[in-house]
Formats: sequence, structure tokens, C-alpha cells
Amino acid sequence: MPGAMEHVLESKNINKYFRKPVNFHVLKDINFSVLRGEFASIMGKSGCGKSTLLYVLSTMDTGYEGELYLNNQLITGRPHEELSIIRNQEIGFVFQFHYLLNEFTVLENVMLPARKLGRKSYDEIEHDAREKLKTLNIDQLADKRASRISGGEKQRVAIARALINNPVILMGDEPTGNLDSYNAENVFQIFRRLKEEEGLSLLIVTHDQDFAERTDRIIVMEDGRILP
Amino acid sequence: MTNWNVILFIARTHLLTKLKSTITASLGVTFGIGAYITLVSFMTGLNQMLDDLVLNQTPHIHLYNEIKPSVSQPISRYREFEDALNVVYSIKPKESQEKIHNALPVLHYLNEDERVLGATPQLNARIFYLSGSIELGGNLAGVDVLEEARLYNLDDYVVEGSTQALKNTENGILLGAGLAKKMSLKPGDRVQISTVQGAITPLKIVGIYQSGIAEIDNSRSIANLKTVQRILGEAENYITDINLKLVDIADAVPMAAQLEKQFSVEATDIIEANAQFETGSNIRNIITYAVSITLLIVAGFGIYNILSMLIYEKMNDIAILKATGFSGRDVHYIFMSQALIIGFLGGLLGLFIGFVLSHVIDRIPFETQALPTITTFPVNYNIGYYFIGIIFAFISTFIAGYLPAKKAEKIDPVRIIRGN
Repeated sequence: MPGAMEHVLESKNINKYFRKPVNFHVLKDINFSVLRGEFASIMGKSGCGKSTLLYVLSTMDTGYEGELYLNNQLITGRPHEELSIIRNQEIGFVFQFHYLLNEFTVLENVMLPARKLGRKSYDEIEHDAREKLKTLNIDQLADKRASRISGGEKQRVAIARALINNPVILMGDEPTGNLDSYNAENVFQIFRRLKEEEGLSLLIVTHDQDFAERTDRIIVMEDGRILP
Repeated sequence: MTNWNVILFIARTHLLTKLKSTITASLGVTFGIGAYITLVSFMTGLNQMLDDLVLNQTPHIHLYNEIKPSVSQPISRYREFEDALNVVYSIKPKESQEKIHNALPVLHYLNEDERVLGATPQLNARIFYLSGSIELGGNLAGVDVLEEARLYNLDDYVVEGSTQALKNTENGILLGAGLAKKMSLKPGDRVQISTVQGAITPLKIVGIYQSGIAEIDNSRSIANLKTVQRILGEAENYITDINLKLVDIADAVPMAAQLEKQFSVEATDIIEANAQFETGSNIRNIITYAVSITLLIVAGFGIYNILSMLIYEKMNDIAILKATGFSGRDVHYIFMSQALIIGFLGGLLGLFIGFVLSHVIDRIPFETQALPTITTFPVNYNIGYYFIGIIFAFISTFIAGYLPAKKAEKIDPVRIIRGN
């Protein structure tokens, strides 16, 4: 089935309820997939469930019904230990607030997920991390403390960290939401290049119409459903 | 699959960037362990000294003949008066000899026994010390000097002169310190003693004996066994007491019972004679441990607080670690290793401080009449207490770190990330 192989991420009939503070059906029958090398964006009003969906897809949120596949393998129902290994190897994350570890240097931040994975030697990992920083044009920041660099730089470091283990998909929760237009454009161009040069799949939640329109596909959500 | 390199790297970075909290938490452990080591070294040193004080001087088993009335009076054996109420007025002690029957063969037999470290003969004689027209009552112990020195550290209690001098001087006497003071005598002088029968013998003072117990020092002196036998005009087999030192003190009770039957003498064991002694040691130990554990519990609360604060501050970091593939268990290990590193460093420093403090105590002069050989406070440098100390440090920090680390493990990254 060559067609099926192309699905990097696929969700089948995903439903999610918030029990607190009141019963609320937040995701309703979500069926969709991301293809290999596809740059998809999710749009929708605040509270429509788009971030919730992203966290379900990210494997961090396990409180849902339905099935989730990554690389055509069922992820739903796996134990937490296994899920964290999957997040470590297969999924890269970029958040709205940069979430670097402030006590560590930029280089150490980028290296951490690879050191956790433990597939390569320290020197190889350091080399890889410097390469990633170089492709994002921030290699000069490598030895600075993460707390000492600007917001735009932090977001690029976060992207480098997300890429260190060569994931199959990069997810972003409004990665440009907190950046000025110059830095936002910069981040968009980086995503674009990753898709085109490295064939990476991207799934980005955004509020930015301009950003979304330049992606391959816009998934629009409303009241917990994906609009056709 | 736990990658300890990374976990320890993160733990170390957290500790180093929060150096002040780390030091505060470590110092808590340091004080707990330091106090434990100091207290336990001093207390057990004291216990040991007091134990030695008794054990060194006291035979494990003491054999002697007691002067006492017969258990059953002849009339109670007489059948005809069996049902009558017999009353005997002014019963006298049974007429028997003070010496131990067959003392020399018994002594020889005991010295052959492999449970016995040494059996020594002793002859206790009631005498008077004559000083001009004054007669001081007291007693004179005739002993085998070299054996006494070997088994009961007699040398430690001879404050002037020596046991060797007594051995070499036939008419020598080690005079009790209190007696020497009363009669203004010093080594080299002569003292006249009189037996109960009235025979007067001059003896040469070769040393002063001080047991530390005033009552004894005011009445008791030591001389060679043969000298005392001669003073009393008795034969060489005239021995009133046999003292035994055993290889293992635990044998004392059963062996005393056995010897009592075997030789029909009175046998007192050391445990019977010093029953109150164990109690004192035990109470001092309990106090030591109670104080140390209290200090460690206080230190534990400090660590608990600091780690809880740290985890509260590091909520975002924990979320991001989890999002990038660290499992809950990894996060748990990160914070547990911080707690244990604090425990290890604080504990190690505590051991060092404890060692230094006990060394200081060891140097403090402590001179007492009761213990002529002791010049400073006694301290016990048993390596075992240092092991217990570091294990204490680990246990208390483990318990203190466990709950905060468990909390960090349970943090839901989605809630933190979305909360912003």
C-alpha cells in the first residue's frame, strides 16, 4: 500500500471530553492525517480545540477516545515510558513560549534530547547540535546561557532542539505567536526550508492568517470539529 | 532505559545554579551527621571507659567461701519433731574455714580450662596499720602480682612505684593511696602492720595503689601472696579467693553456676555483681541516637522544603523535559539524585566535622581521682559509626527527596504548557 505509507500521522475518530469544571465535548470525531513532507497548519478561534488536538497528537495527552497512528503504528494505549521514547525520537516540538532550560547553554539545550536518546556519543551529538545551529544561523550563540538570548533567537534554538533527533514530524503550538513580524517571517522561512530541503512533515497551530495561507494545507477547526 | 549521564548532568546543573539552596540544604545534613558522630564518639568512648573501669578491675567470676549459718539446723532433721514448731535462738555461723579447700589443684584445673584467660589466687587478710599509737583497720590482699598486672591492669592503678618493684621485694607492700595520705607515708618508708592475732610485721612501701574508690583506697593494700601467707603464719595452699578472667564474658553466668556445684564454693559472676551497669550504657546510647535522629529529621525537613521550592520553580523545565522525551521516571531520578547528592556531600562534610570535633574533645583535659590513667576525655573512633553516619545521611535525604520527586514525576506537561 504505497498510499498508506505516506501517512506520517493519522487520527481516527478521536473524541475528547473535559470533565472539569463542567462536562464539555472538546474534540468531536477528529479524522485526519498528515502526509510525509506536508506542511499543514491548523486554524480556528480560541477555544475551538486546536491546541487540545495538537497535544493529543503529540502523545502528551492520553485522555482521549479513538486511535492515533504515527508512521502507521498504533500509538493509542501504549505505556507512558514508551510514549516518552516516541516523543524523544519521532516528534519535534516548538511552543509559543520558547521553553528553553535557562540554566543550560544554548548548545546543551539542543543536545539534551539526543543525550536522552543515547544513540550517539557525546562528541557526535555535540557535532550534530552545532550543525543544526549553523543551519539556523545561530551557531555563534552556542555557548551562551539560554536566558541571555533574545526571543527570536530562543525560538530558533527551540527549533534546533526539536530537530536534533531527526524526527518524522515537527509540531508547533503557535510558534510565531509571540514574535515580531521579522522574527515570525524568519521562523516561517525555516519551516519552509525544512519541508523542501529535508522532506520534514510539519503541523503548526497558528492564529496568523498570513502564515497559514502560505502552508500546503489549512485545517480549519470550529467547536471541536474539523471543517471540511 | 535510563540514561544516567544526562540525569546526573541535569541534576548537577540544577544544584550548581542554585548553589545557595544547595549549600543550605547540605549544611542541614552536615550538622545532623556531625552532631551524631561527635555525640556517638564521645558517648561510646565514655561508655567504654566506664565499662573498662569495671571490667578491668573486676574478675569475671569470683570464687570464695562465705561465712554463713547452715541452711537447715540439726533439729529440723530429727524425725520426732517433724510436726512440731521448732525455734532456735541466736544461730551462729557454721564453723568452717575461710580458705578454699584444695585451692592449688582447683587453680591448676581452672588454668587448664580453655574458656579461662587466667585464674589468680588471692588471700584477703584483715589487718591493722600501725602509726605510732594509732591503729587503722584495713585489709591486705596477697596476690600473684604479675598475673594481676596481666589480667586486671594493676599497673594502671599503681600511681607511684611499680608492680615490678613489689615482685622483687619480698617484704614489699603497695599501700592504698588514702592510707598513705592518712599516715603521711611515701614509697621507701616502712609501715608496720598487725594481724588480728597481734603479730606485728614491718613492710617496705614500694608503691602507692589508687583504685579511685575512696573507701577501698582508705583500707586496702596489696602485697605478694607469699608475704601475706607468712604474716598470717599459714601454709602455701592457704588461699581465700580465686578470681577468674574468661575469654568470653558471656560464659560467666553458666560457668559460675557450674563451679559453685563442682567445688562447693560461692561463685559470683560479673553480670550479677554489676547488674546496674548495663542500664547506664543503654540509656546513654538511647540519648545519643535520639538527639542525632532529631537533628536529621530537622535537616530532612529543610531538604524537603528546598526541593519542593525547586520543583515549583522548575515547573516549566519539567514540562519541557517531558515534552522532549524525558519520562516521568527520568524526572523523578533527576530530583532524587539531587537529594542524594545533597545527602552525600552534606554527610561527608558532617563526618569530617564530627571527626574534627571528636578530636577536639579528645584533647580536652579531663583528670579525675577515680581514673588515674585518663588525662583527656575519652573518645571512640570506631569506623563503624562513620558508616552508620553516611547511611543515615542517605536515608534521611532519600525520604526527604522522595515526595517532592514524586510530585515532579506526576506533573502533567500539557497543563503547564497550556497554562502559559
